[in-house]
Amino acid sequence: MRRFLLIALPYAWLLALFLVPFIIVLKISLSDIALAIPPYTPTLDLSAGWDGIKRFFAGLDFENFVFLTGDDLYWKAYLSSLRIAVIATAITLLVGYPIAYGMAKAPPHWRPTLMMLVILPFWTSFLIRVYSWMGILSGEGYLNQLLIAIGLIEEPLTILNTNIAVYIGIVYTYLPFMILPIYAALERMDESLLEAAEDLGCSRITAFWLVTVPLSRSGVIAGCFLVFIPTIGEFVIPSLLGGSRTLMIGKVLWEEFFNNRDWPVASAVAVILLLILIIPIILFQRNEQKAREADQ
Amino acid sequence: MKRLTWFNATSLTLGFAFLYLPMVILVVYSFNRSELVTVWAGFSTKWYGELLQDEAFLDAAWVTLQVAVVSSTVATVLGTMAALVMIRAGRFWGRTLFSGMIYAPLVMPEVITGLSLLLLFIGIGLDRGVFTIILAHTTFSMCYVSVVVSSRLVSFDRSLEEAALDLGCSHAQAFRLVTLPIIAPAVISGWLLAFTLSLDDLVIASFTAGPSATTLPIKIWSSIRLGVSPEINALSTILIAIVAIGVISASLVTKRASLRREAEERAAEQP
Repeated sequence: MRRFLLIALPYAWLLALFLVPFIIVLKISLSDIALAIPPYTPTLDLSAGWDGIKRFFAGLDFENFVFLTGDDLYWKAYLSSLRIAVIATAITLLVGYPIAYGMAKAPPHWRPTLMMLVILPFWTSFLIRVYSWMGILSGEGYLNQLLIAIGLIEEPLTILNTNIAVYIGIVYTYLPFMILPIYAALERMDESLLEAAEDLGCSRITAFWLVTVPLSRSGVIAGCFLVFIPTIGEFVIPSLLGGSRTLMIGKVLWEEFFNNRDWPVASAVAVILLLILIIPIILFQRNEQKAREADQ
Repeated sequence: MKRLTWFNATSLTLGFAFLYLPMVILVVYSFNRSELVTVWAGFSTKWYGELLQDEAFLDAAWVTLQVAVVSSTVATVLGTMAALVMIRAGRFWGRTLFSGMIYAPLVMPEVITGLSLLLLFIGIGLDRGVFTIILAHTTFSMCYVSVVVSSRLVSFDRSLEEAALDLGCSHAQAFRLVTLPIIAPAVISGWLLAFTLSLDDLVIASFTAGPSATTLPIKIWSSIRLGVSPEINALSTILIAIVAIGVISASLVTKRASLRREAEERAAEQP
């Protein structure tokens, strides 16, 4: 009985507030928009019995998905989200790896402090961290003031409301997710392996590529997925830092729902976004599984 | 003693400058007297004064705090239960689905979670407001809590619990007197994580809050969409200060606790 309650309570909660809502999204993505409350058709009418259920299923179709493939706004938004996510992940890796490396090579009594310094921004509001770049990157912002003051440029650069600002925002907010797994992998590494490589005639740089990089691989992969997966559906960063030409699917979904009030299309956008995300999520799970097995 | 090479020292310095400079600038300019945010015109605390008189911000902060306290507490209870199920319940019907539902919300884009919950609330005719935000936040935070707690439960030595049972404890007593104190650090960090996630959330709250409830992130969002504002700089500074004090004192407390435990263990080993 105790065991039953222990399982049933969280199970029921997740079924009601995670799985059922998701099935509703799936269902509405197959419905049509209507001028009614709720603004879609058909609605399930159980009072009409079996006939009601039959009518309900007859009213569902894949029209919204056909619509999505027909309008190039949508597939462009998916592609551009993927492209932005790939590029941003690569930059984050390039920025994050040296930091993680430096942390792992730092004297051991510094490491807890360095760890805390990496985690601290993560506890700070995401919104505020994105917002802090608006003042830096804007036309009369601090960066332009600085560059003009030191005479590098004469006219202020346009950075805010471009894709460059979006990349900066993503790298900045997701950097801890990249640093921590790489640091964890590097810290576990046995230093004597590097000495052995150098004894055997490797230069320090070759030893880095042949020993350190392969040993930190699982951390790099984990970090890349931890940045890549949430970036695809990102909404806040493209809305605040991006321009009208920054196309990301999270923003499209938001606008479809709040501005156009087209719930069926918004739901269809969500379903396809999830289908796209399933592949990296499965790959990520597999990487974690492998890392766990290697540990044992 | 190992020393840092110049390469490592540079990458650490640049890296941490990148992580902290934007926030330092934000804090400094929150004390700027000028209305123009990017032009320094002397020290002033007037934006803090204006912020503290802004009823709308204070109301939003109060709503946010209520939502965060309630949702993180419920999420901690449910998440700890879910962790116990994941690690200990063995096989039961629908276990794969259960673990799928625990992990999926961690990777689900916020826009989808928000949209799906909103459609549920409308579908069952639940009026949106503080209550629906609490339901939404509890749902995704409990998954984070359960991941944090289960990582601690994995390394838990069950023979301690069995010893308590042998010595006459009931199951409930053994849980309260043995298991809970041992997993307490993970439960507390789970609660803190859930609390911060709830304070921080904009997207899910925007979907699930009706017109009647405004949380702080929603309020911040509506004022920064138009650009940088000195009031928001002041508010950000307050929030950054709270987080910094919280995290630093938490890490000092855990450090002291682990030092004390080591000392106790050493004392216990003495014959």
